[in-house]
Amino acid sequence: MSDLKEIPAEVEAWIGQERYPLESEFDVERAYIFNSCASTENGNPLFWDEKVADETTDGFIAPPSMISVWFRPHFWTPYRTEEGKPMQTHFDLKDALDLPEAIMTDNTIVFGVPVRIGDRLRTHQVINYISDPKTTKLGHGRFWEIEIVYTNQKDELVGKELYTGFGYRRDA
Amino acid sequence: MATTESITLEQIKPGQDLPDLSMDIDVTNVVLGALASRDWRPMHHDKDFAVDRNGTRHIFVNTPHNAAYFEKYITDWTGPKGRLGRIKFRMKDSVFPGDTMVFRGSVEEVRTDEQGCGWADVKIDLLVGDAVTTSCTASVAIPTSSDDNPWKRTGNDWQP
Repeated sequence: MSDLKEIPAEVEAWIGQERYPLESEFDVERAYIFNSCASTENGNPLFWDEKVADETTDGFIAPPSMISVWFRPHFWTPYRTEEGKPMQTHFDLKDALDLPEAIMTDNTIVFGVPVRIGDRLRTHQVINYISDPKTTKLGHGRFWEIEIVYTNQKDELVGKELYTGFGYRRDA
Repeated sequence: MATTESITLEQIKPGQDLPDLSMDIDVTNVVLGALASRDWRPMHHDKDFAVDRNGTRHIFVNTPHNAAYFEKYITDWTGPKGRLGRIKFRMKDSVFPGDTMVFRGSVEEVRTDEQGCGWADVKIDLLVGDAVTTSCTASVAIPTSSDDNPWKRTGNDWQP
């Protein structure tokens, strides 16, 4: 089993910091909502029927579970020279801790005000903890928890996500 | 014609089962879910990458797609006035093309919070065969009567 490197002081300092404040690259739009609903056969009339949406949610909203979708970067743009990664903190931890593989294990989402068509959302990321070395069936590595906070253009909280990641080496 | 017909809190009891939902997964489902969630990572569309780099047997359903399936399962049961407040899931294994997913849920608790919002706390297992691949708990706001609508709650009246 390979030894893991110690957590560098620079990485320790990241814990609790607000990192990567970001505004989404595009407004919330219905086309992606249709794609998401089609991918799960979600026929909830909130997303398909204008009368139901008007009566129930004062207009069309996005499925709450789509909250992270609005921040995933375009696969390519003419303005970016490096690959866009949706949860940069997760990839920073992989690189800084020299753990080439990583998966997400737990995901908790708490929902605030609904996300509406035309919203332009903002987000930032916080590392809550990095674990001591652990061994799982995948390999030897560390768990970490990343909190992602989402707000809308009115600074209202639209949601908060907690991700538990496991970065590892497969040579355990 | 779609309606706003939804379950109400008095119709729910702890221990009550949600109806099972069975869905067959193929390559198109996995890729559609990944692209709908703007997840371009190759393990969700490139089988060689998934096998060689991730050590999995095929491409697999990604996390936001998983969340979207749980939302669909819950709101198919509640109707459109059901409003998700909180959802947590743990992925123990992945879902691959060729798998049949079965969602099996039950009500753990029925409660009303200090703001008068009705809640059902549910536990859901996502099974492939006999194995639970993902376990989920969720709190969903439920109308306390046919006139109530949790989506109208704002500010301090919404405490998920």
